[in-house]
Amino acid sequence: MELQEVYERLTQVMQDVFDDDDLIATPELTAADVDGWDSLKHIRLVLSVEKAFHISFSAAEVGNLKTVGDLAQLIRKKT
Amino acid sequence: MSGNTYLNLSWLPQAPINFTSDCRAVAKLDSDVGLDLQRLANYSLNGNQLNRLSKVLGSLREGGKSLAPLSSFRLGVLSNSTIDFIIPALEATALRRGIALECVKADYGQVIQEALDPNSIVNRAKPDAVLVAIDLRYLMLREVPGNKHLSLELVAQALEHLRTIRDGIRKNSGAICILQTFVPFPEGLFGSLDRLLPGAPRQMLDALNIGIAESIYGTDDVLLDVAAIAETIGLANWHSPSQWNLAKLPFADELVPLYADHVARILGALRGKSRRCLILDLDNTLWGGVVGDDGLEGIKIAQGDSTGEAHLAVQRMALALRDRGVVLAVSSKNNDEVARRPFREHPEMLLKEEHFAVFQANWQDKATNIQAIAEELSLGLDAMVFLDDNPVERGLVRGILPQVAVPELPEDPALFARTLSAAGYFESVAFSSEDSKRAEYYQDNARRITLQKKAGDVDAYLSSLNMEIIFQPFDKTGRSRIAQLINKSNQYNLTTRRYTESEVADAEHDPNCFTLQVRLLDTFGDNGMISVVICRLSGTRCWEIDTWLMSCRVLGRRVQETVLQELLKHAGTCGIENLIGVYKPTDRNGMVKDHYPLLGFKSTSSESDGTTLWLLNVSTAEVNGVPMSVKSIGFEKLDPVSSSDGTYLPLDQ
Repeated sequence: MELQEVYERLTQVMQDVFDDDDLIATPELTAADVDGWDSLKHIRLVLSVEKAFHISFSAAEVGNLKTVGDLAQLIRKKT
Repeated sequence: MSGNTYLNLSWLPQAPINFTSDCRAVAKLDSDVGLDLQRLANYSLNGNQLNRLSKVLGSLREGGKSLAPLSSFRLGVLSNSTIDFIIPALEATALRRGIALECVKADYGQVIQEALDPNSIVNRAKPDAVLVAIDLRYLMLREVPGNKHLSLELVAQALEHLRTIRDGIRKNSGAICILQTFVPFPEGLFGSLDRLLPGAPRQMLDALNIGIAESIYGTDDVLLDVAAIAETIGLANWHSPSQWNLAKLPFADELVPLYADHVARILGALRGKSRRCLILDLDNTLWGGVVGDDGLEGIKIAQGDSTGEAHLAVQRMALALRDRGVVLAVSSKNNDEVARRPFREHPEMLLKEEHFAVFQANWQDKATNIQAIAEELSLGLDAMVFLDDNPVERGLVRGILPQVAVPELPEDPALFARTLSAAGYFESVAFSSEDSKRAEYYQDNARRITLQKKAGDVDAYLSSLNMEIIFQPFDKTGRSRIAQLINKSNQYNLTTRRYTESEVADAEHDPNCFTLQVRLLDTFGDNGMISVVICRLSGTRCWEIDTWLMSCRVLGRRVQETVLQELLKHAGTCGIENLIGVYKPTDRNGMVKDHYPLLGFKSTSSESDGTTLWLLNVSTAEVNGVPMSVKSIGFEKLDPVSSSDGTYLPLDQ
């Protein structure tokens, strides 16, 4: 999947998870930038991404994620 | 995969695309929020959607809004795993069962401590019930293969531990306990031996679950059989090692909506909200085919026929539900006499007339009938379940009577019974001998009730279907379907004249014939060809309607009015001044006896065989606005009828 498409679909998932229609997935975005992105929301995001893209992550992969850019790259690798 | 019936909660309609904005709109409402919340909960919702709905509930509750008519319920939840995603799902799902649920969550891993400490979070909250949502990882039931004595002791210890939790909660908060059965892991030790060897994993788990069930039976406490849910879904689907490792989720996240629905059923049953009456459609629900058209011999209900067996399974389930106290009723668009014949005469029918309290077979809309059934039985609409294969009927009843539970059904009738059962409408927490007598209490005499008033705005619902009707003259493409309808339709058929395919072809080219084939599309899809009309030039400037028939599937959707409108349009173009309608009664077509007078035709004469003739003046005829868009294709070639020396047909009234 092209990276641009990954970001578009990721934006949808993130808007859904964080209940915020103005949220846009960008490479530099981190948990600190988004209201309510705590450890539980992080899990909710990971599970929602898995479902939306029909992929699954290992705990190690999830542990290595620092930015939305990391997440997008990981999705691209798996789709 | 038919397991998806459960996973996707497929008895619930899909959530609308604008579910999020619907939630926001309800959050801003001032009144009637209870029913609006319930309406939003009545879709198949995923974890994120349930979370959103629970937030709306939370904000309305904080704002002090009345949540009537929902019943409030406070539930303590103890668990040894991460239940933060489950809690909002429980609160949102409970709305589906008419309950405004407030969960009180103990801290992670605090189970026995919470139960025994009178000042614990859960005990202090004075909940109505406490859900003990623990799994095998909490019990750490050690397997001791081959050691029968020790295995018995370990199981007894585990049961004793659960007893301590229950007693603690009862003593310290007064609440009842909802205890869960334990779900085995798919990872075995020996293989099949696990089930029988004393001290092997499955053997011990089976003994534990049986012990739990026995300890609860006959008490006020309640069992949530999570092991049964997991069995249904499959153990490998239930347990997700990755998600446990990642976040200590007790079971796969995608199963949270199903689990929450099961908890909500129990809460609903505790609050007396379980359904008590099952209203059944007949054609293509209780048997395959349409009895009015296919006849007693043509309907499929026999053993050995795959379609017949699918419908027999529905009958069997209805009968079993009746035996446990669920009242049965019928709502069918049919002639009463015709609809009762299979129950009286078909040898393979399991259901008989005496199994039904009320039997409504008529041509009124089903919302009106269901409302009448509810009143007759003195049961609320929220006690009703309505089972119908037709998505338009389901949509109508949901739209007009939102309190009635109307399961979505798949195309394949083989899954009807399963879907009805999977929905869990009739969940009970106890069963008494009175329950089994309840159906009789309602006097199962299959009585027919007279309809007094209409239930709601059917036209508004019809408009929402976005119906498109397409008119074409007969052509080669439609020929075989036209012939099929002409030879098969018995009920909505004014003259029941049968024509062969070649006679249909003749009509295509006959300059004295005006023909219509009619298709109907709506939001649910293409209904295909649903009506056929043949007019023949009769005398001068006059069409006699030789054939007018319609499929009963589209009854009550004002198709006949739209067809008349189309007829009048072409009659005008062709210089026709009068339409003559003919009704020839048969033992099947009583439903169209008043077809012509209802459309504004005037009676002209009746014959000794019961045939009646009707007249409509083209220029003065009026048809009310119809709730569909109309498309006419292929009429350009028709020449206006050229005739000048006409005498007019007399109107003898």
